[in-house]
Amino acid sequence: MRPNKPFSRVVEACPPSGIRKFFDLAQTMSGVISLGVGEPDFPTPWGVRETAIHALTRGATTYTSNSGLLELRELVCADLAGRCGVTYRPADECLVTSGVSEGLDLALRALLNPGDEVIVPEPCYVAYQPCVAFAGGVPVPVAMDPAQGYRLDADRIAAAVTPRTKAVLFGSPSNPTGAAQSAADLTALAALAVREDFWLVSDEIYDRLTYTGTHTSTAAVEGAWDRTVLLGGFSKSYAMTGWRVGYVCAPEPLAALMHRIHQYTMLCAPHVSQVAAVEALRSAEPEVTEMVADYDRRRRLFVKGLDELGLTCPEPGGAFYAFPSIRVSGLSSQDFAEQLLNSQKVAVVPGDVFGPSGEGHVRCSYATALPLLEEALERIGRFLARA
Amino acid sequence: MHEILTVLESDARATPERIAALTGIAEDEVRAAVAAWEADGVIRRYKAVVDWDRAGDSRVTAFVDVTVAPERGRGFDDVAERIARFREIRAVHLVSGAQDLRVEVEGSSMKEVADFVAQKLSGVDRVTATSTHFLLRRYKDDGQLLTDPEPDQRLTITP
Repeated sequence: MRPNKPFSRVVEACPPSGIRKFFDLAQTMSGVISLGVGEPDFPTPWGVRETAIHALTRGATTYTSNSGLLELRELVCADLAGRCGVTYRPADECLVTSGVSEGLDLALRALLNPGDEVIVPEPCYVAYQPCVAFAGGVPVPVAMDPAQGYRLDADRIAAAVTPRTKAVLFGSPSNPTGAAQSAADLTALAALAVREDFWLVSDEIYDRLTYTGTHTSTAAVEGAWDRTVLLGGFSKSYAMTGWRVGYVCAPEPLAALMHRIHQYTMLCAPHVSQVAAVEALRSAEPEVTEMVADYDRRRRLFVKGLDELGLTCPEPGGAFYAFPSIRVSGLSSQDFAEQLLNSQKVAVVPGDVFGPSGEGHVRCSYATALPLLEEALERIGRFLARA
Repeated sequence: MHEILTVLESDARATPERIAALTGIAEDEVRAAVAAWEADGVIRRYKAVVDWDRAGDSRVTAFVDVTVAPERGRGFDDVAERIARFREIRAVHLVSGAQDLRVEVEGSSMKEVADFVAQKLSGVDRVTATSTHFLLRRYKDDGQLLTDPEPDQRLTITP
């Protein structure tokens, strides 16, 4: 007799990722130029890989302390202090996690009681709203304005605040829009957070990939530190997506709760990945500088190319995504993406995957070689000419 | 502005329009900068990085360490420049260490290279010793990996 009692209703109610459909379709085709990849096209710097290989031969296969290697936490905190002007104690305000993904889950589970609301500015990363729901919270999406470059508008967010609002969750720079938030807008948001007593969960995984000005860390703005959870990692800056290593920093009372969950569910981030992350912080700065310069060149050329095709978007100040409007085609996001893939073998991700406010847009990743980006622009041009 | 040079170094065929699109520098500024650098000798020449092995060319290359007799009041420049004028010489560098100059020699066979070193290079005034190392295989040249690139193992679409 098969089990009868119901599965988790929260998980069952969560829709599967809209990316899956296009992934499955693209996998059946050859010669696809994918603008749908959310990870760097650079390999992890060789010095980092070589250090990890050596560490494995020397036995870096054991558990580490739950919080992560102290050396790594010290380097992370020093890096944040130097680059972003934010100070955290390595001992009890910084936790090494298995990627930002784990850090986000820890933060939400430590913050939320059942029914607590989390405002999620849209368009947003696909995992934010499901993770809020999995943690027992209620995601409250609020659309940001493409005409304003998807800036975090404190007034729009304020209109969605209720007595149950526990946090606002966002990424800066953003996946999928590439928007990098200004100090002014983050300061206004922090002031709102103080007035209404909610937390700011700030996903800064793309912090090093900032092209217009310098990155402003949410925790650095006035009034924010006491109520900010800072999520960061190595996946995008150091091309270490598969290593699954990141960090979460927060004031000690919350950090202690996250540590408590982490010690029971994950125990520790992968030992060898932590060793690799130490080496990344110690020696891979030249590679990061080169990668960022390369992304920046591609960004300029690609966004200019989209603009010339009539697929305009606010200039993306960070990450490696452009989020152009496809309204000139007269198609829905889903139809545009599907027809472009089928007719020209270019894969993009329909914008509504990132929330209803993404309808009428597609996400294009420029984390791919320049000749392929140029070829993709030509194919998109041919597609638009026929549509 | 050095970003223009970075782009040209990796792609000598990049047009001013393309360089402008990549760097955000106005096209007329790109043209002016490149013209000035060409005139000043900052840009010496434009080239392709050629994998001659793959082209089926059997040319032979050797790296020769050259010891130069010291002479009061004379440095190494005159010897280096004299060596550099030989057609067979592809590169001349002044280096630190046990030898003074490191020279790259090219010929159509090992015998041709060896004869050149023995009869011409060794005979240059003030050259007292040479040590020849024949190139067996290039793995990376001029910043370019000559082995097959790592395949793109990323999934086609990821969040």
